[in-house]
Amino acid sequence: MNKESYSIPIGPVHPSLKEPMTFNFEIYGERIEKVNLAPGDNHRGIEFMGRQRNPIQIIYLAERICGICSASHPFAFCRAVENAAGIEVPERAQYIRVIIAELERIHSHILWAGVAAHELGFDSVLYLSWRAREKVLDLLEDLTGNRINYGIFMIGGVRRDISEEQIPRIRETLEYYKDIYGKIEDIFLNDPTIALRTKNVGVLTKEDALRLCAVGPTTRASGINKDIRQDQPYSAYADLEVKAITPDVLTGEVNGDVYDRIIVRLLELVQSIQIIEQCLDNMPSGEIVVEKKLVKLLNQLKKAKGEGIGRHEAPRGEVIHYVKLNESELPEVWKARAPTYNNLMTWVPMLIGQQIADIPIVIASIDPCIACMDRVTILNKANGQKDTLTKKDLHELSVQKTRRIAP
Amino acid sequence: MKLNKYFERSLWVFHLNTGSCNGCDIEIVAGLTPRYDLERFGIKLVGSPKHADVLLVTGPVTSKMLDRVKRVYEQTPDPKAVIVVGACGTSGGVFYNSYNISGSVDKVIPVDVYVPGCPPRPEAIINGVLQAWIKLEKLRESMKVARVK
Ligand code: SF4
Repeated sequence: MNKESYSIPIGPVHPSLKEPMTFNFEIYGERIEKVNLAPGDNHRGIEFMGRQRNPIQIIYLAERICGICSASHPFAFCRAVENAAGIEVPERAQYIRVIIAELERIHSHILWAGVAAHELGFDSVLYLSWRAREKVLDLLEDLTGNRINYGIFMIGGVRRDISEEQIPRIRETLEYYKDIYGKIEDIFLNDPTIALRTKNVGVLTKEDALRLCAVGPTTRASGINKDIRQDQPYSAYADLEVKAITPDVLTGEVNGDVYDRIIVRLLELVQSIQIIEQCLDNMPSGEIVVEKKLVKLLNQLKKAKGEGIGRHEAPRGEVIHYVKLNESELPEVWKARAPTYNNLMTWVPMLIGQQIADIPIVIASIDPCIACMDRVTILNKANGQKDTLTKKDLHELSVQKTRRIAP
Repeated sequence: MKLNKYFERSLWVFHLNTGSCNGCDIEIVAGLTPRYDLERFGIKLVGSPKHADVLLVTGPVTSKMLDRVKRVYEQTPDPKAVIVVGACGTSGGVFYNSYNISGSVDKVIPVDVYVPGCPPRPEAIINGVLQAWIKLEKLRESMKVARVK
């Protein structure tokens, strides 16, 4: 390490991060030279617990892997078990699943937009976008009974139907988002300050994205045409036309920077609205679950033998669940892989060469839901002096940079 | 303006995630943003436990976080109140039988208010914060009396 460089450890206590996580940066002047990640603070042993529960109980555990993706994990898990046990899901349930999953994408992307604005110092945008997000949460509550952790998925279908009376309500909510979309787009894509803070910041090249197996909007923003809904259509996506969104759709070029990630997420908002509308138009009638009696379903699963894989394009990227059933009540193996696991390492090429003040927005740009970071200690190796930067100071640095470069 | 005798001054809250699923955390932020708007009462999240009156803890305590929870608790100045939000911090919830989890927050630090739910609605979280506030003001009052004596 260079004599003048110093290291900044961040974490693990930073309030809004999905997983409390530890970072270690080596800084030279203002430039980041080296990034070290040390995850593991949020390890709860989910898969271990899953092996002591029956598959129906696991659905609720899978839901609580992440509260923001609480439709994605049960979706992938149910598909894995259905795949292993050879269960066919009724068509209507397939459509309801997709509607819930896309509503979740809307809520997750708006949440992210707010967090990103907060990291840049635009707190009013944070508040306004979170207010807009409440509308979809109300709808989800109406459809599933809960704002978060919906509990609607069941092996072989879904637990609640969408009634005729609820359909106008869904359409009304979609109209609301179409109305405000113009405003959101205007704020994020046309504001000169946001462009200055995000263009050519945190660049992830196409090669790096491929090398690190990045997934979701992070990889699409680097120009890779990858989306499970397009590449291996499942559920109702097979009947719909879903195209992976890359930033060149809008701007004609791919830079792989934070700005491009914003574009991809915003366009996906529109895409989700369209998918839900198509689902509503084409929704078939019929059963919503293969087996209503849970005891019977459990007995069927107890006799099943085989392996299954379930994949789903979550708001943050592809999630994969693998299940092995072996004629017993408990699954023999359950493995879950969340998208942030892949995207984690993309922080390293993104952050190297950036300034300290860019850390919050670059880290937030892959959507791990960091809104704040807590304690940062700057250790000046040269004289052994210790300064403490709180999350507030770091945020302040970021806000100052916005002010400095704002036109 | 004073709303009632418990609203003497603004309440600052430090939010500590000890391994939660994030469900409770986003509901806490939802409680602060315009729909529910806790900030109109001067309640806000702060970046350091040293500035906080109240600790808002979510999640079961994972073993790696065990030490940190204690340290954050010690750094919070007295008088302080601790609120646990969510089923998994209260009792372990769905994570009750893991090898890496100490079960509930009250096994590690003293807890004043529990907010049940998985996740609790923002209204319930707001109610929890108000309970802690009342408790805190009483604590302050008794400290004042003790000082006068
Ligand atoms: S109580 Fe439930 S929603 Fe809240 S953090 Fe724990 S598991 Fe998640």
